Amino acid sequence: MSFIEVRQISKTFRIARKKSGLKESIKSFFKRDFIHVKAVEDISFSIDEGEIVGYIGPNGAGKSTTIKILSGILIPDSGDCLIDGITPWKNRVEYVKRIGVVFGQRSQLWWDLPAEDTFDLLKDIYEIPEEEYQSTKNDLVNRLNLQDIINIPVRQLSLGQRMRCEIAASLLHNPKILFLDEPTIGLDAVSKQIVRDFIKKLNKEKKITVILTSHDMADITSLSKRIILIGNGHVLYDGSLKKLQNRYECEKYISIKTKDRLFIHKKGIYHKKKTKDGYDLTINTNEISISELLNVISKKITIDDIEIETDNIDNIIVKLYKDYQI
Amino acid sequence: MRAYFTYFKLKFISSLQYRMAALAGIATQFFFGFVYIMVYIAFYESGSHHTPMSMAQVVTYLWLNQALLALVNQFSREEELFKIIKDGGISYELIRPKNLYFMWYFKVIGQRLANVLLRFFPLIIVTSLLPSPFHFGLPASFSHFLLFLFSLVLGTLLVTALTVFYPIVTLTTMNEKGIVNLMISIADILSGIVVPIPFFPTFLQKISSFLPFQYISDLPFQLYVGTISFEKGLFGMMIQFIWIILFLIIGNFFMNQSLKRVTVQGG
Repeated sequence: MSFIEVRQISKTFRIARKKSGLKESIKSFFKRDFIHVKAVEDISFSIDEGEIVGYIGPNGAGKSTTIKILSGILIPDSGDCLIDGITPWKNRVEYVKRIGVVFGQRSQLWWDLPAEDTFDLLKDIYEIPEEEYQSTKNDLVNRLNLQDIINIPVRQLSLGQRMRCEIAASLLHNPKILFLDEPTIGLDAVSKQIVRDFIKKLNKEKKITVILTSHDMADITSLSKRIILIGNGHVLYDGSLKKLQNRYECEKYISIKTKDRLFIHKKGIYHKKKTKDGYDLTINTNEISISELLNVISKKITIDDIEIETDNIDNIIVKLYKDYQI
Repeated sequence: MRAYFTYFKLKFISSLQYRMAALAGIATQFFFGFVYIMVYIAFYESGSHHTPMSMAQVVTYLWLNQALLALVNQFSREEELFKIIKDGGISYELIRPKNLYFMWYFKVIGQRLANVLLRFFPLIIVTSLLPSPFHFGLPASFSHFLLFLFSLVLGTLLVTALTVFYPIVTLTTMNEKGIVNLMISIADILSGIVVPIPFFPTFLQKISSFLPFQYISDLPFQLYVGTISFEKGLFGMMIQFIWIILFLIIGNFFMNQSLKRVTVQGG
C-alpha cells in the first residue's frame, strides 16, 4: 500500500451552457441548457512517501480538479482515494491537518495585514503549540528569506515576496504532504529559483511528499524525477521524466553553414531546408547516427560551421501534447 | 475556540486600518439620527393622540439604533465571503481543519464588533451631552439595563446567524443579490430599524412577533428605554434563543449540503 493511493477517480461538472447574443440569453433565462463536462475520468496512480511528482497537462486537463479532490475540497463522483490512511473527503478535518496546499492563483494571506498576522491566525486554526510554532516559523523565515517582509501589509508586497509568504503559511503546521498548484505562476526568474531550491531542500530534509503542477517545465525538471501527464481528464503518461526526454531526444536539429549546394537523401533525415547561408536538417538518431551523417555530408561539401541542438523540454511537451492529441 | 477569537482580532485590526471609513460612518449615523428624530418631533408636535412611546424614549431608542447599527443591522454584507465564493478563494477555507460554518460565523461577528466598537462610543458620548429633545437618556432601570445587555448579545448572535445564511445560499446560486435584497427589504421594515415596532399597526405587530427580525434589535432597545416589562423581556429573550438555535441548525445543514455539491470557480 502506497502512501498516496488514487483509484479510478472521476468527476463530472454540470455547466449551464449559454450561447452569446440577446435572443439566446432570453431563451436560456427560461430554459437552462446543461452540459456535463468530465473534468477527470478514471484517474489512478500511487505515490510513495517522500516523492516529488510533477503533475502536468495543458490548461483544462483536470490538474486543478485532481489537486482539489486530493486535498479534500471536491468530492469525486466515483473512485477511491487513500492518503496516509485517510479518505480526504470523508474525514476532511482530520485529513487537512496533514497537508499543506499552495494555490498559486489565490491568496490565503489577509490583504490588509502583515503576513505575520495571518501566520498567527493559522497557528490558532491548526492549534500548533507555541514552541513548535515559533521554531517552525523562524525556520521558514530564514529559509525563505522573509525577515524584512513579514511585517509589511501584504497588499504592499511584490508577487514574488507574497508567494514566498504564501508558501511559508502553508507549511507552518508541518504537513506531511504539500500540494503546489502552480506555485511559480507570474514569478520572475530569481523568485522561481528561490521557490524551487526551497522545495527541493524541504523534500530532502523533512521527507515531505510534494505534488506539483506547473506550466513551467523548468519547475518540473528541476524538482521531480517522475511526472504524471494528464489530458482530457485521463492519465496519459506516468513515469520518469528522463525516459520521456529520451523518447524525444533522438530528434536533433542540425544547422550547417556552407557555401556549397547539398544534395542528400538518406533514411533518418526528415526536414531539409535551405537557409540564407546553409541548411537546416532534422534527423532521428535512431535511424542515422550523427557521426554517420557528418561523414556523408563532409564528403560532399565543405562545412564552415555546424550546430547540433536537442529539443528543450518545452518543445518536448508541445510535441507530447500533439502526439496525445490534447 | 481560540482560532475564532483570533478571527475577530484580525477583523478588528483590519478595519482599524480604514480610519476614514470609520469617521464617515460616524458622521452618517449622526446625520441619520438627527433626521429621524426631527421626523418624530414633527409627528409628536402635530398632536397625534396615540403614541406608544414618550418623545424622550423615542429619541433614546433612535440613538441606540444609530450607535449600534453596525452591530445589529441586516444589510451589511460580508463582501469578503461573497468574493471568495465567486472567485474560488474558498479553496483555502476548505483546507482548514475547522468547521466552515463557524469560521464564517465568527468572521461575520468579528466584522460587526469591529465596526461597532469604532462608532459606538463617540456617538453615545456626544448624544448624552446634547440638550433635549436630542438628549440620549439613561436606561429605564438597572435591571432593564442588564436585560438590555443580555438580549443585545443574543440579538447579535441572531443577526449573525441570519446573515451567514446569505453566503451559504450563494454557494449554490453563485450570486448573492437575490437572497440579500429579498431579506433586506423584509428585515428593514420588520426589524424596527426604520420605525420602532410599537408604532406598527396591531396586525403587523402580530405578524412580526412570529418572525425573527424584531428580536434582533427592537427587543434590546425597548428593554433599555423601558417600553417592555421585565417579564415580557425575559420571554422575548427565550424566543431569541430559540431563533438562534433554529438558524444555527438550518445554516449548518445547508452548509454541509452545499459543500457536497460545491464547485470551485475559476480553475
